[in-house]
Amino acid sequence: MNNHTILEMRSITKEFPGVKALSDVSLEVQAGEIHAICGENGAGKSTLMKVLSGLYPYGDYSGDIVFQGEVVEFKDIRASEAAGIVIIHQELALIPELSIAENIFLGNEPTRFGVIDWDYVNRTTLDLMARVGLTEDPTTKIKDIGVGKQQLVEIAKALNKSVKLLILDEPTAALNESDSQHLLDLMAGLRSKGISCIMISHKLNEIEQIADSITIIRDGRSIETLHVKNDGVDEDRIIRGMVGRSLESRFPDHTPSIGETFFEVRNWTVGHPTVPDRLVCKNSSFKVRRGEIVGFAGLMGAGRTELARSVFGRSYGNFKSGQILINGKEVTLRSVPQAIDAGLAYVTEDRKSLGLNLLDDIKATTVSADLKKITRGLVVDKDEEFRVAEEYRKSLRTKTPSVNDGVATLSGGNQQKVVLSKWMFTDPELLILDEPTRGIDVGAKYEIYGIIQRLADQGKGVIVISSELPELLGLSDRIYTIFEGAITGELTRNEANQESLMKLMTASRKTA
Amino acid sequence: MKALKQILGGNTRQFGMIFALVALVVFFQWQTGGKTLTPGNMMNLFNGNSYILILAIGMVLVIIAGHIDLSVGSIAAFVGIVVAIAMRDWGIPWYMGVILGLVLGAVIGLWQGFWVAYVGIPAFIVTLAGMLLFRGANQAVGDSNTVPVPEGFRYLGAGYLPEVGPSTGYNNLTVLLGLALVAFVIYREIRSRRKLEKIGAEIPPTWVPVVKVGLLCAVILYATYLFATGRPGTSFPVPGLILGVLVIIYAFVSNKTILGRHVYAVGGNRHAAELSGVQSKRVNFMVMMNMSVLAALAGMIFVGRSTASGPSDGVGWELDAIAAVFIGGAAVSGGVGTVVGSIIGGLVMAVLNNGLQLLGIGADLTQIIKGLVLLVAVAFDVYNKSQGKPSIIGLLTRNFGGGGGGRKPDAPVREPAPTEQATGTKEVISHDV
Repeated sequence: MNNHTILEMRSITKEFPGVKALSDVSLEVQAGEIHAICGENGAGKSTLMKVLSGLYPYGDYSGDIVFQGEVVEFKDIRASEAAGIVIIHQELALIPELSIAENIFLGNEPTRFGVIDWDYVNRTTLDLMARVGLTEDPTTKIKDIGVGKQQLVEIAKALNKSVKLLILDEPTAALNESDSQHLLDLMAGLRSKGISCIMISHKLNEIEQIADSITIIRDGRSIETLHVKNDGVDEDRIIRGMVGRSLESRFPDHTPSIGETFFEVRNWTVGHPTVPDRLVCKNSSFKVRRGEIVGFAGLMGAGRTELARSVFGRSYGNFKSGQILINGKEVTLRSVPQAIDAGLAYVTEDRKSLGLNLLDDIKATTVSADLKKITRGLVVDKDEEFRVAEEYRKSLRTKTPSVNDGVATLSGGNQQKVVLSKWMFTDPELLILDEPTRGIDVGAKYEIYGIIQRLADQGKGVIVISSELPELLGLSDRIYTIFEGAITGELTRNEANQESLMKLMTASRKTA
Repeated sequence: MKALKQILGGNTRQFGMIFALVALVVFFQWQTGGKTLTPGNMMNLFNGNSYILILAIGMVLVIIAGHIDLSVGSIAAFVGIVVAIAMRDWGIPWYMGVILGLVLGAVIGLWQGFWVAYVGIPAFIVTLAGMLLFRGANQAVGDSNTVPVPEGFRYLGAGYLPEVGPSTGYNNLTVLLGLALVAFVIYREIRSRRKLEKIGAEIPPTWVPVVKVGLLCAVILYATYLFATGRPGTSFPVPGLILGVLVIIYAFVSNKTILGRHVYAVGGNRHAAELSGVQSKRVNFMVMMNMSVLAALAGMIFVGRSTASGPSDGVGWELDAIAAVFIGGAAVSGGVGTVVGSIIGGLVMAVLNNGLQLLGIGADLTQIIKGLVLLVAVAFDVYNKSQGKPSIIGLLTRNFGGGGGGRKPDAPVREPAPTEQATGTKEVISHDV
């Protein structure tokens, strides 16, 4: 490995309206190394890569990017690609209906007299595919090859642009073990040919295996850079760096009063909605007691939402097997209305696209999950609607001039209160809250925590799914960890801390 | 200015859409030298457009749910020819013909609803296929011939309210209808005022509703006078009556029932609706099916009016109905629109058509003007939304005619955040205009 710096990012600061996403972040990548960037969800990893790749153009951020010894000012992705920096996003940017060769040369088609030179395209494609270890016909359509191979096509595409620094965002998140291993081997091969890689990953075992150095980002700041060989870094060391923030008192005081188990899921197994053999929930069992707040911890894509939504009236995936018991009696919930009737409520993680009709006003949203309750004969009673909405507005302290206003006019925290009131109005026994505080400022978070605790005190069961470990630790009476669709552990309030959780969330089932 | 605002229920925009309509009527009345507001012309206007307006009622629900229906003209034609032949060849009475037509419309609706809702084929494709299919079926069944319909059936499309009771110089039923409407408007106003009192909301001074109701009643009474004093044998037309009843029913369903709420919910955000327990497939099925039934009715009214069913009945109707809906404030992306708004949109088009005709302007220029009106009306709306301002058309039709629920007068109307610009305003309308 020759030791000179290929990339240096100096005190990068990037602000969004009201939020400092990156604050004085520095990053140094050596030529011919694999450099991992670690951090919790929302720590600022992706923002940093967007700055580097020119997606946030020069001028949008402050600080310097020095690439191959020169200060660069990328105006867009094309500029960064021209310099030899290629980013491969988690969601692949391939066009399914085009062939491998067409995808590799998309936007970069070689022409002779204005006509695409297909001979050259196909010859070069074969060549590039050989370099990434892919054996397919160049005319095969992207949709006909698996995700693992698609990832390789992306890398071949990058090689075609004579890449010097390759950025991979969660490259193995969607891959199975053998595909992942193949990809890691390929990265090692590229390294030996002098191509540097930046890799963002939640899979700490892979980072430990392949990375030369690691930069840890937390809350928009670069915390430290570790050299794997010299510093003797292992997973525990990385975790400590990632979560090492102090817990402030961000939660209302609460003494739980926990009753008997009333909701239980046994051996829940669900298939992926479109990929036939992939399982999104693997033989998962859990239970919830009255008055209890149960946390579900897991990284993005671990299958938390899939589990919750499949339990909520099979609204996600292909149900394979498993039982739901409510008060000891087995029930079958085939549809969302059945789940609601059985006393379940599910608050989605994606408020805008799954949780709200942004065209609606607050009062209509509040009653929308249980219109029957305010219907007299055929007529939806609008006085009652107004009264109910007012009641929730007052008790949840939703900040709005009037419940006649549209939900689109509210801030995230107040929208979430409206969504909560909509489900509280159905008078559920079990509330499943998926990322209940995502995109909400600290003050509103505190209020939402208070609402969750009040619901538990009323004897309801509450499941909280969250990517923020401090939130789960502060709120939950018991926490399940999920990794790759399976429940890998169950920790009580006393047993759980960030390290123990992170270990169960990232390690495969060795501790289960 | 403040006084005017108060008369209009604290919201100048509330009656804006009607203002546009009234302005058009006044303009043409002036330009045609009084030929617009005559009993004969008004009856013509209603008879000649009621079937398009009936289609617009169904179409707005389809569009609110996020679909489109291109097949309505062909369905109307197909139902028309089948009913005409059934009455001619099998000798069934006219009312059985009407029932047959409605049943046939429902069966066609089952077919289209099945493909859209349960197979998941976009309504654009399903109804484009239906447009070809039922046009062909019309010509196959009728051998591309024109089939006349019996006298009783013509009443449906060209009939008038009969003369009953003592001779007063007016058509008694029309007068009664007008008076009933006036009574209803007054009753509604009193009731909504009581409601405001009950929840303790701010109540506008007494003279405001008096002037508001007074204006509305004057318009109704004048229309009643026009319809009741036409040449002997004419009065309020039957198609207008059918239309009126349908508007009341559908405004009620869309605004006050669970089904109506669900149509808006599915159109506004299908996934959110499903996760709230709305059975979106059933909703989609219902709106598509309903559209076909209304298309069947519109087809029969047209056949009744033109006394025969022909191979090119209903050509282009779908476009007139869709235009009415969009002028009436619906959004292409679904979730937004009102029944009454669509009727007003349809009336704007109808008055324009009629007025230009009276002025002797040719069909070519009339089409150009209508096309521009549609484009400008919607472009204005889109521009406003892209500026982060609320949709003008949405606001014009919003909260039409007041309505219960305790909306405080002068409640601040907040602009949607720029990120939500494309969403516009979904507003409910009360049915009693």
